[in-house]
Amino acid sequence: MEQEKYAHLEKELSPKTPILKNVIKAFLVGGSICLTGQCIALFYITYFDFTERTASNPTVATMIFISMLLTGFGLYKKISQFGGAGASVPITGFGNAVVSSAIEHKSEGYVLGVGGNMFKLAGSVILFGVFSAFIVALIKTILVKFGVVSW
Amino acid sequence: MKNGVLTFSSMPSLYSTGVTAGPLEKKKSVFAEQFDKAYEDERCDLSTNEHGHKQLMYDAVMIALSKEKKTIDKIDFFLTGDLVNQMTPSNFTAHELGIPYIGMFAACATSVSSMITAALLADAEQARWLIAGSSSQHNAIERQFRYPLAYGSQKGATAQWTVTAAGAVLIGQHKEGNPSICCATVGKVVDMGMTDPLNMGAAMAPAAMETLSCHLKGHKKTIDDYDTIITGDLGSNGFKIFKALANENGLSHTKNFRDAGEEFYGNDPSFNAGASGSGCSAAVFLSDVYNKLQKREYKRVLLIATGALLSPLTYQQGDSIPCIAHAIEVTMDGVSVY
Repeated sequence: MEQEKYAHLEKELSPKTPILKNVIKAFLVGGSICLTGQCIALFYITYFDFTERTASNPTVATMIFISMLLTGFGLYKKISQFGGAGASVPITGFGNAVVSSAIEHKSEGYVLGVGGNMFKLAGSVILFGVFSAFIVALIKTILVKFGVVSW
Repeated sequence: MKNGVLTFSSMPSLYSTGVTAGPLEKKKSVFAEQFDKAYEDERCDLSTNEHGHKQLMYDAVMIALSKEKKTIDKIDFFLTGDLVNQMTPSNFTAHELGIPYIGMFAACATSVSSMITAALLADAEQARWLIAGSSSQHNAIERQFRYPLAYGSQKGATAQWTVTAAGAVLIGQHKEGNPSICCATVGKVVDMGMTDPLNMGAAMAPAAMETLSCHLKGHKKTIDDYDTIITGDLGSNGFKIFKALANENGLSHTKNFRDAGEEFYGNDPSFNAGASGSGCSAAVFLSDVYNKLQKREYKRVLLIATGALLSPLTYQQGDSIPCIAHAIEVTMDGVSVY
């Protein structure tokens, strides 16, 4: 059988990805994570001396801490299986990538195992995150320079 | 030209089997009651997943030996394999056993490739007793081929779950009344251009079809000669495609077809398309199928183990997934049909 013909048969028989269902689930899970983050931010603003801007750091730290606990107890992967990108894209997904790699490679020791592999999955998030932030900042600097927008 | 078709005129026999499995398999597998031993801990209470993996295989061998009251020093060859890089769990098991050892690799088709090689050695009268088998351990395989265990990534309906299980079988010269190996077919590597490692059933199905066709043609058999034709770990999606391919190849009915991977977790949707791993086919062939042969519910079976010959490197480099399938025919009929 030709490869093309087989690819056609395979496509016909393999279950289709339920895109709409996945998108709705991702929206609900991602939305719930963001809502939790918003509640935590309000908590810091209301009960501590934080402004809307400065509350983001402790909020992020708290969210990562929660994600770390959920990862350690093996619950985050269940949330991800249900929510897909809704669970991977928020900062908790990043925390999950770092912590899961650290746990996984503990058997190879702290330096070569945990240290060497902790950012195996999250490394590309950091690299492309920093890079895209740089590009966006560059564009904005140019636009400000020419008076199109203001800071 | 032999085309991979083998006939064993002396019909080496299977004497006993040992099947071990992990805690999840104990809870969720429909075959759990037929496994000889299941652990409470995924690592078998050892320090690493790889040590646990080795223990699975070691215990499976010892169980198979104890059933026939054989000791290690009576065994001439030990043939086994797994999916971990350089097959360290098998190598370490072989070290602990101290039996002359041939490491076998055919990914998830290792259960059958090791039995074929064992049958060849027995048929050539180069061995009195041999142990063949294969194993896989979920955690050890998952971290190597996919992501860290606790990492959250959504798997689709075609993904399969690597089992924690090992199967070992004691093979010796022909004995009347035992399940015996009459013939086999060594498969060719088939690559139909599939690239998705989370849909390996679709990649492996054409290899299974190729080997089944070769076997039927080479041994002049029809599918009705078998009580069952059981594939290793195509999973629900791969099995569906395999049956469709069989229909296209003129095999009009597929009611005696089974797939170990699809059945393993009883079609539980939380395992997506079902089970995979080199322990999957070994555990099912050497428990359920072997027991049914012994009870004479089956008189003649064809075991087709399928393997996806990929590595994380090859698919990241964009290569498609080459696959292999090996078939072995086991019968309770004393006299060879040849």
